[in-house]
Amino acid sequence: MSRPRTWGRPPGEPRRVAYLYLLPAFAVYAVFLLYPIGRAVQLSLYDWDGLSLGRWVGLDNYVAIVADEGLRAAFGHALVLIVFYAAGPLVIGLGLAAILNHAKVRGLGFFRTVVFLPQVVAMVVVAVAWRRVYAPDGTLNTLLGAIGLDSLTRGWLGDYTFALPAVGVVGTWFETGLVTVLLLAGMSRIPGDLYEAARLDGAGAVREFFAVTLPSVRGEIAVALTLTVIAALRTFDLVYVTTRGGPGDSTSVPSYEVYHRAFGLSQIGSAAAIGVTLTVVIFVVSFGINRFADRRVS
Amino acid sequence: MNPPLRALAVLTAGALSLAACAPGSSAPPSPAATPLSSVRTDAPSLGNVTLTVWDQEVRGGQAAQMKQLNDAFQAKYPNIKLNRVSRSFDDLNTTLRLALSGNEPPDVVEANNGRSSMGAFVKAGQLRPLDAYAEAYGWKKRYPQSVLRYASYSPDGKVFGEGNLYGLPQVGEVVGVYYNKAKLTKLGLQPPKTWAEFEAALAKAKTAGEVPMQLGNLDKWPAIHVFGTVQSRGVPKDQIGTLAFGRKGASWNTPENTKAAEEIVGWVDKGYFNKGFNGQGYDPAWQAFGKGQGVFMIAGTWLLADLQKSLGKDLGFMLPPGATADAPPVATGGTGLPFAITAKSPHPDAAAAYIDFITNADAMKVLTTTGNLPVADTAQQSVPAGPQQDVFTAFGTVTAKDGLVPYLDYATPTFADTLGAALQDLLAKKQSPQEFLATLEKDYKTFAESNG
Repeated sequence: MSRPRTWGRPPGEPRRVAYLYLLPAFAVYAVFLLYPIGRAVQLSLYDWDGLSLGRWVGLDNYVAIVADEGLRAAFGHALVLIVFYAAGPLVIGLGLAAILNHAKVRGLGFFRTVVFLPQVVAMVVVAVAWRRVYAPDGTLNTLLGAIGLDSLTRGWLGDYTFALPAVGVVGTWFETGLVTVLLLAGMSRIPGDLYEAARLDGAGAVREFFAVTLPSVRGEIAVALTLTVIAALRTFDLVYVTTRGGPGDSTSVPSYEVYHRAFGLSQIGSAAAIGVTLTVVIFVVSFGINRFADRRVS
Repeated sequence: MNPPLRALAVLTAGALSLAACAPGSSAPPSPAATPLSSVRTDAPSLGNVTLTVWDQEVRGGQAAQMKQLNDAFQAKYPNIKLNRVSRSFDDLNTTLRLALSGNEPPDVVEANNGRSSMGAFVKAGQLRPLDAYAEAYGWKKRYPQSVLRYASYSPDGKVFGEGNLYGLPQVGEVVGVYYNKAKLTKLGLQPPKTWAEFEAALAKAKTAGEVPMQLGNLDKWPAIHVFGTVQSRGVPKDQIGTLAFGRKGASWNTPENTKAAEEIVGWVDKGYFNKGFNGQGYDPAWQAFGKGQGVFMIAGTWLLADLQKSLGKDLGFMLPPGATADAPPVATGGTGLPFAITAKSPHPDAAAAYIDFITNADAMKVLTTTGNLPVADTAQQSVPAGPQQDVFTAFGTVTAKDGLVPYLDYATPTFADTLGAALQDLLAKKQSPQEFLATLEKDYKTFAESNG
């Protein structure tokens, strides 16, 4: 049997034809993503109030990010939040998942649901609830008073030392469930004979965790870190609802500054510059995490 | 570069070049003022018109008055249809800018008085000067000058407080002192007549174990009203006006301002505020006052309806007392958001007729019966004795004596933020009064100088 050779090509050959198939999706991508990004980059080079004619300022808005103490601080606060959003949940999540996985608890589904529950609630609702918890007459202070620690009570979100950690703890509470469930899924895939082998070699629970469990869930850890670190860097709703960047500027973060400058202060160019910088930072960080995880796996 | 990357680069470059015209280049030139001769006030003869109105009257009595007035307007002028779009204050503030820069903006909008909203819109030529309409409808007789200046800008948007009229407000606002009558009686006190008596009452309340003054400053701005009240005891009214309108010629670094900053810090030291006030939300704070925690609270008339619901006859309201009992009244205050006409509206005459209708003497009566504080003719309204009458009397007195001083955050487009954050710093003792004033001076001077 001989068919004309042209029909014998694999689908999508020559390559130019293959790109045609991608074109519709790419057009959508370009219109809704590439064009706005390009526009944002362009706006970041102007001093613009959103109404009258913009004034070309070149890289001034970017220079301001480095020069302006308040903006530098905002990026610094985002880094602090990474500790609370990513590092904290990872440590707690590893512990919780290991226990839940190892102990083969009854009603695992129930516990998994409970741990995951914060993720289901919208962040704004979470923030409103925690604002009540932290209020001077709120739950936390009532609890402290009840156990005789009256001297520790304060308006947590209005305290210069504690406002940022207080906001961070909400992030820990929020992200831990996600991390736990991710890790739990990873751990449930570990073949039982690996543990058996470890046990035959005389490993205890702790040894087992570090020798078998931890290396096996490296991929899940990378996913969890990527998600939580990005969540930390782009925190907006939590800060907007709880403190609006206060007291003073002690909890301002880049995403909040983007909103605040664009809609509050009408400094659209500056807002766009912060947004672009934040995008680059997030891109670099998530790229780094994935590179790191990949290299370790292979 | 491999082919897909090259394609991506080409398309990205294309997207960039599409975006290459300067932002805002489609903004219209400033609208010419309408000459008086071309103004038509005879609404029925304007033909069939649909007006799109954006307002923020979404809650309780505000929503009720708007609905009542709109229905009455439509019944009287069936040829003018209203298309009402109602949003919360925050939503309106954040969306109005985009709506105005579009090709078909709404006809009538409620634009916030300050430089960041109305000032920016005037500067960009998005609002229509209303002076000819004011002349034709007699608005300048209906409204006191101290009220009209809050909606007045020079045509280039640089000078706030004089120049063309760009909008008319419906309601008035004044920041005064709420007090709990029952608590005062228990402390054996009368409502204070002078500032010294007021401070003595605070001290006595503290000694008696009460919360002398409720404050919730988590949202950054509430302390602005307390500071404004303290400041206007010692700083001359004209100076506050210059500072608050962001004009050249005043300074924050004066002995009077220093004294005001020291006084408010002194209140913190003496424990006159509730504990943890910087971490307490605005709403929880006034709600706590409504539940009977706190003897005094410095806040605006907009809280009247809610506080009256919880405290009833125990609620009292007064203007901040002066140095002597008969000192002329001075208080922070102003107007609700003014209704303005957009420059691109094709029906300015109908829009002006609408604004006239919702602010005339009959409208002020409707505002009163729906529990609002009308900005004009306040003295002519009859309200039952009690807190509502206190508020009406206070506003009537202070406007009649020309004693309203503007909100301090009007000063520059960034001043609300600067002052709010600086006050949190000051009250938490992160900044000394001198550092606090230097922060304010820097923002104010930078703006006033660049503004010319």
